[in-house]
Amino acid sequence: MTERYVNIIGAGLSGLSAAVTLSRKGIHTNLISLQPSERAQSVLAEGGINGALDTMGENDTVSEHFNDTMKGGCYLESESAVRLLTENAPEVILELYRLGTPFNNENGKLSLRNFGGQKKKRTAFAKSSTGKMIMTALIDEVRKYEAQGFVQRYPHHELVGINVSHGQLRDITVKDIYTGEFYSFGGCTILCVGGLNGFFEGMTTGTTQNTGNAAALAFNAGVRFANLEFIQYHPTTVQISGKRMLVSEAARGEGGRLYAVKKSGEPYYFMEEKYPELGNLMPRDVVSREMYFVTHSSEYGGEVFLDMTSLSEEIWQNKLSDLRKEIISYMKLDPKTAPVPVSPGIHFFMGGIRVNDRHETNIKGLLAAGEAACKYHGANRLGGNSMLGAVYGGKTAAETAEKYADPSEKICLSQYNESVSSPSIRTKLRDILLGGLGIVRSENEIRQMIDKLNGLLSREDLSEIDKMRIELGLAMAESAYARKESRGAHFRSDFPSSSEKFRKISVVSYKNGERILKFISAESEGE
Amino acid sequence: MKYNVKILRRERGGSSSFFDTFCYSSDNNADTVAAMLTALNFRDELLDINGEKKRPIEWECSCLQKKCGACAMVINGRPCLACDAVLSALGSKITVEPLRKFPVICDLTVDRSIMFENLKNLRLWLRSDADINDKCYSLNYESSECIGCGCCLEICPNFYAGGKFFGMAAVPLTMRLLTESEIKECKDTAKLYAKHIFAGCGKSLSCKNVCPKGIDTEKLLVNANAAAVWGKRIK
Repeated sequence: MTERYVNIIGAGLSGLSAAVTLSRKGIHTNLISLQPSERAQSVLAEGGINGALDTMGENDTVSEHFNDTMKGGCYLESESAVRLLTENAPEVILELYRLGTPFNNENGKLSLRNFGGQKKKRTAFAKSSTGKMIMTALIDEVRKYEAQGFVQRYPHHELVGINVSHGQLRDITVKDIYTGEFYSFGGCTILCVGGLNGFFEGMTTGTTQNTGNAAALAFNAGVRFANLEFIQYHPTTVQISGKRMLVSEAARGEGGRLYAVKKSGEPYYFMEEKYPELGNLMPRDVVSREMYFVTHSSEYGGEVFLDMTSLSEEIWQNKLSDLRKEIISYMKLDPKTAPVPVSPGIHFFMGGIRVNDRHETNIKGLLAAGEAACKYHGANRLGGNSMLGAVYGGKTAAETAEKYADPSEKICLSQYNESVSSPSIRTKLRDILLGGLGIVRSENEIRQMIDKLNGLLSREDLSEIDKMRIELGLAMAESAYARKESRGAHFRSDFPSSSEKFRKISVVSYKNGERILKFISAESEGE
Repeated sequence: MKYNVKILRRERGGSSSFFDTFCYSSDNNADTVAAMLTALNFRDELLDINGEKKRPIEWECSCLQKKCGACAMVINGRPCLACDAVLSALGSKITVEPLRKFPVICDLTVDRSIMFENLKNLRLWLRSDADINDKCYSLNYESSECIGCGCCLEICPNFYAGGKFFGMAAVPLTMRLLTESEIKECKDTAKLYAKHIFAGCGKSLSCKNVCPKGIDTEKLLVNANAAAVWGKRIK
């Protein structure tokens, strides 16, 4: 029998989930990634994964998970997709448990913790290294299929080309970065390439592997992107050497409190005072914005602290031991005895490749999953929904890809004209985007950002890939400009309220050298 | 503080290595070797200590916070992660070399694929649904923390790439499998473990204090030996 193949770009959570799903169906996969799965950004995920398992006696339900996700995302996500996500969430977690993820549990019953934007305990966790623990289990499972010949890994290969014609994916080009050789792979491809953090080098909590080039290639190949203006600033991050380090939301889920310092020296627990119901566990967009306002007010000391000093020994030992180790290691302070100075940092991209509920893009034969895809998180993602979206999205994309799988052709290319991005252009692009896509934005800043991006794009010394990156940067900037309202992670000081008119998804496509931006209904399958 | 940084380099496809020396200044006491390498590569023009132009330094990194193992290298003679090596603690003269146990691809980038191949050869995957019991939880968790950096192999006197002995890097995941399975289900792995780990380990325990994650390698070895070789229950 002829073997049928699907290409998966990216070997993090969504890529592995897709590989396992396809292997179980007897479909072969080419699992292509810059580095082995052990180095994927997914191993950095800390706090947990959501699902209405209702093991804590709180009568949690799938419909509450659905409602919280919709509300947290400010109703910009597709209802049908979120319904499927939340309905499947308990089974996703139980499957990961069966695969050996050492989730915290009591006599086999999974423990759940509180997480932002959710009133009930719904987040399954493995101390504060949940991503790493899930990845270890999934990597083991994929290893089985590697040994059986279903998964062929290409662990030091980079996507450098996406060839589309007449709305159909023809092939992809990858480079073996160890040998410098180029290969073309035919057949259906799932992009599991992560979010857009490569556009903000050194300023995010993510991996340095992500350059954003894969997204830029997709955009320029005609793949539609959506909701690019929504960038999640995680409230509690700290600057360490070369990046932002995340202080997991689990710290607040377990009782950590945010405060600013009044001029009198007294602590001001601003989240608890302003939001008595959820307090420190309001959705991330709200917390980050409040932190922005409090640190920009002359009434307070300009810093926010996360106080975990009252957490019990049991919590430190069984739930947050890894987090404590990390803070001690990189900040030289013990969160058990001293509050941690924190500030918001770029953590997640709600926007990305537009996919339908089956994870298909507008290009036939090209799918996307994980943070690369825009589907479940609307204007603001809830903590704990990222890993859920990645595992479920990878599985769904794989189930869809089955019908496209065909005998794969891998061709070694004798020649390929590779385009390389320049560090100085990357830095310029990053700095311009940071200037206009902060927590609080205004028309002025966004206008300036667009002008500067156009200026950068008009330079004659740009490589092809740098041009592509700037085009996608412009798509982000123009989406932020066009959304003249505030919603979720997109806060406009000149339009501080939400507008029903904008309860729509922004979709950008690139055709014949032009970016076309439209606002469409979240339920629309087209566009 | 000013640093004089000697980096062992090799051209792609080359067979001989050479040192390049660079000057690097940093006022940040928390700056790591990883941050230094990033900064050197971001210079418009990378000049060595003699003012000669050099190409960017190739090295692998990903998380920059000790969670992925990508940036393992030998710094001042000791295998460690570049993101965990704080410059101010290393002194003003720093030597950076690639891991020596693996084929060098270019500069500080080495091909560690043999490590992952060995895991496959040991057949490290669950045969049925995991049985995670309280007794083994902490051992299981600690085993799952392994980041596959290869520091333990670098320092091991018995390991060499392609050899019959797979080294400490294969022990945590064997341990994970044994804590989650009935031994009768994975007899083949136990047998392979005896052959590729137990028989080749000289018990020098040089890996004991080198793991960037602080995994207690001795504890894992003792338990894995007991279960896989002697058929004893894991304590």
